[in-house]
Amino acid sequence: MEWKDLFTIALGAVLVNNFIVAQFLGICPFMGVSKKIETASGMGLAVIFVMGLASAICWPINTFILMPLGLGFMQTVTYILVIASLVQFIEMFLKKAMPSLYEALGVYLPLITTNCAVLGVVLQNTQNSYNFIESVVYGVTGGIGFLLVIVIFASIRERMEFSECPKAFEGFPIALMSAGLVALAFMGFSGLKVFG
Amino acid sequence: MNVKNQLRDGLFFQNPVTVQLLGMCSVMAITTTLFNGLGMGVSVLVILTLANIIISILRKIIPNNIRIACFIVVIAGFVTIVDLCLQAFLPDLSSSLGLFIPLIVVNCIILGRAEAFAYKNGPAASALDGIFQGLGYTMVLVIMCVVRELLGNGTFGGGLLNGGEGIRIIPEGIPALGMILPVGGFLTLACVIAAMQYILNKPKKDEKKTEEVAK
Repeated sequence: MEWKDLFTIALGAVLVNNFIVAQFLGICPFMGVSKKIETASGMGLAVIFVMGLASAICWPINTFILMPLGLGFMQTVTYILVIASLVQFIEMFLKKAMPSLYEALGVYLPLITTNCAVLGVVLQNTQNSYNFIESVVYGVTGGIGFLLVIVIFASIRERMEFSECPKAFEGFPIALMSAGLVALAFMGFSGLKVFG
Repeated sequence: MNVKNQLRDGLFFQNPVTVQLLGMCSVMAITTTLFNGLGMGVSVLVILTLANIIISILRKIIPNNIRIACFIVVIAGFVTIVDLCLQAFLPDLSSSLGLFIPLIVVNCIILGRAEAFAYKNGPAASALDGIFQGLGYTMVLVIMCVVRELLGNGTFGGGLLNGGEGIRIIPEGIPALGMILPVGGFLTLACVIAAMQYILNKPKKDEKKTEEVAK
């Protein structure tokens, strides 16, 4: 394994195959908490944290427990349980150890359980048969990509509050439209090859 | 709770996608051919109905504090069953839906209905709720598929009709490829929701007018 491979994975996760705009993972929190930049960045940070940790924990579970026992079909159930308990655990740990961080992430942590980007990154790690370091890098950089897009989108939405649009498009549809434009902009990265 | 109201809520007034705004990841990601859309819609319908029934039967046993975890385990069980069935009987569909079948676990529609309906109502009503909400979801998926496939690929019924290639309506080279790419997903869903809001807001105005006239 070379640093080049890791760099390619990282670049792919942040820009080319961005979780939100290219793979449609984690749309619900993306639309739900992107009304203000502060909440959006809070959510983004929490997602980076959980995605990295979930990748790091699910890899040994899959490699050392599920695979040797031939329980590959239990992956989905196992992963979601790991993620749910991980989120719960992080919440309790932060509350005790780092109250300031807990208050910053507070509301967003429980929401992450149902964020498909987290389950998605873990399942993709298994599908692409990444090793431990690659999994963690993919998880963390995928989270960074999430943070990037959600902050861009939140700043667009803050400005959109004051503009007028047709009545039927008010609220959610117009937000989806602008998300579409962000996705269009990110399509520009699709030809990006660094070591190709 | 009568059946007619539940059906109308599921399809229109409380449609899981266009009104409750749940489960949008899969709606935008897999609606590129009619076959994908129908397959995904039916899978969700089956899982939603079964999960609703089980959760509503167990609702008196499940402790309030850990109910979310219990819901997720029930849902994940059914998702695994459906996933394995698809891999065995419809391998094409399974490979084209890929990641989004296991991701039904975290589809907010199912968790949302479990929390909002099945945990509070009996098994029969919950089963009906699952079927109707699933139908509402499938309806939106099919609309999205037809629009995106027609504009992006120029065909109708891809994966199902004409040996899997679909019936060509717009000649090759003309369709806008962008409609099949992520951009098209966002734009089409925006238009579908806008159309739904427009239609749903109309009768209310009429009602208000008649009320005013009556006064």
